[in-house]
Formats: sequence, C-alpha cells, structure tokens
Amino acid sequence: MKNVVEIDFNRCKECGYCIRFCPKGVLSKGEKVNKKGYYPPVVGDGCIACGTCARVCPDTAITVYKED
Amino acid sequence: MRKYVYKRPEVFTDAITTYCGGCGHGIVNKLMAELIDEMGLQENGILVWPIGCSCLSDRYYDMDAYMALHGRAPAAATGIKRADPSKCVIVYQGDGDLVSEGMAEIMHAGIRGEKFTVIFINNAIYGMTGAQMAPTTLLGQTATTAPAPLGRIVDNSGYPVKMAEILAELPGVIYSERVTVNSPQRIIACKKALKKAIQLQLDGKGMSFVEVLSPCPTGWKMAPTKALDWIDDEMTKVYPLGVIKDASKEAE
Ligand code: SF4
Ligand code: SF4
Ligand code: SF4
Repeated sequence: MKNVVEIDFNRCKECGYCIRFCPKGVLSKGEKVNKKGYYPPVVGDGCIACGTCARVCPDTAITVYKED
Repeated sequence: MRKYVYKRPEVFTDAITTYCGGCGHGIVNKLMAELIDEMGLQENGILVWPIGCSCLSDRYYDMDAYMALHGRAPAAATGIKRADPSKCVIVYQGDGDLVSEGMAEIMHAGIRGEKFTVIFINNAIYGMTGAQMAPTTLLGQTATTAPAPLGRIVDNSGYPVKMAEILAELPGVIYSERVTVNSPQRIIACKKALKKAIQLQLDGKGMSFVEVLSPCPTGWKMAPTKALDWIDDEMTKVYPLGVIKDASKEAE
C-alpha cells in the first residue's frame, strides 16, 4: 500500500495550515508559483495517510488516498 | 485499488472560492458540503446565503440556494421553510450580516422558533468591506473604524455581542453551541455540532444555532497560522466554546 497526498496546484492559497498540522512533517513550503500567485506546499516522504492536511485545508485542495 | 481517506465532497462544483488564503469560511463551507453528501441533502436542502465574504457561495454547491439581502437571511428562510417544511433549510450568515444588519431578523426568527438551522460565522470584523469594526469586535481589537492605539473602546462602541448566549435565552431556539475551526480536532467538533443542528431540523424541532469562531487573516492583518493562534489567545476568552443550550430532549 502506498500513501498518496495530492495538492490541487491552482486551488491552493498557501495558508500553511496543512504544513502546520501534518503530524509527520511531510509537507513543506513550495517554490513554484500557481496561477493566483501562491506557492503551494510540496509533498515529501513519510505520509501515513491520516488525512489531517485535507481536513484543515480551507480550499479543499488536498486529496488523500491509499493505493495498492 | 485506491482507497480514499479524503476526497473533495460531491456536492461541490469546481469553483475556486473567492475567500482569502486561510479563511475560516472555506473550512465551514467544506464541512457543510461533507454533511450535505453524508446526510443526503443535495436534493432536499436549500442553502440561504448572506451578504459578506460568503455572498458568492451559492456557486460552490450544486444545489438549490437563495441569496438574501443584508441580514435578511432568517426572514427569507422563514418564507422558504413555511412554504415547504419538508425542505432542509440551512441559513449561513457572518457577524456583520447577522449581528449588525440583521439583528431584528435573527431575533424574531428565534422568537418565533422557526424550524431551520443557522450557521453563524463570527470573525469579529467586517471582512468584505475592509476590516471595519463589527458588533462582535473585541475590546481593544483594532479595525479601520477603531484605530490603534485604543482599538474598540466601550465608551464609543459598547461591548462584544454574544449571540450564542443571547439566542439560547429564547424558548424557540432548542440548540445553541459555539465552536471554532482552528485545529484538526476542533474542525471535527465543529462538524459534529453542525450535524447535530441539521439533524434537529430534520427531526422537526425548533431553531438550531451554531456559532463558529472563524479566522479572518486579512481583516486581522495576520498570517493565517497566526490567526489560528489568535482565536485561542483572544477570541475564546470573550466567546467561550461549548454547548450553551440543548433542549432537544425536552422538545420531544
Ligand atoms: S495525510 Fe497525514 S501524514 Fe500524510 S501529508 Fe497529510 S497530514 Fe501528513
Ligand atoms: S491547507 Fe490547502 S490552501 Fe492551505 S497551504 Fe495547504 S494545500 Fe494550500
Ligand atoms: S476578508 Fe476575512 S472573512 Fe473575508 S474572505 Fe478574507 S479572510 Fe475570509
């Protein structure tokens, strides 16, 4: 099983909530700018697919799933 | 095979919200969408939106909605619910809209015990118009109309208004709770409160009211994560969290 976190690049508004609340420090500040001028976070390793980042995202930009 | 832990709610359209980054409206709108999916309200629900930062929210949901004028959402909802009591009517208002512009409408809807659900977003400021003082602004909090160094002072502007407590005094209001959305745990608690409030309406009880302390990073002139802290440090001291009234048992 692989744990996957997808951030909808152009939906993100760089609030940083997902970075703050990820219990595993998987997410960090991004360096690429989106259509609206925000810098969405980048996804690193170690995700446990807890869904916390998606739960706190005000823009519903995050999808979390497990895949075989 | 793919097993989703979190997926964008079905009732949402593809629209990107007009909210600022980190705005609490986005979190509450999302919880509503999750509940609309889970409770099967897309066909039978009607959302009544206010004036304010959330006044374009009807385009985020693929379902029936009504856009009410300043503060008039509870009056409009009264007509909708009375015309068709089988509908689940959810009223959504901010503090400028509910407490200032529409104090008469919300009070009288509560006095009449209208059987709909009201979600009240309290961010202690007028967001959309540019961070003016609201009736909910804290003492000492600065706003464009309550400048530093004093911020809001009692002599000029009186005291912050505690709507969840005021409405709890009315017999027609059977449920009143104050929650917030500044942490994952509290977002879950907020969803639970909203679910209970909507369920009470489906059960045909009186008015159910949920006040949400909601971050407004732009109006408060703070980074979003700082705004989450400000809710703990300042807002919850004036507006305590918790169930203020639950008369749903007596209303059996
Ligand atoms: S699902 Fe949990 S562990 Fe994975 S990135 Fe999101 S918050 Fe972090
Ligand atoms: S919580 Fe959502 S909007 Fe905020 S930074 Fe993360 S992905 Fe972007
Ligand atoms: S002004 Fe405040 S309430 Fe309005 S969208 Fe921006 S953060 Fe949200």
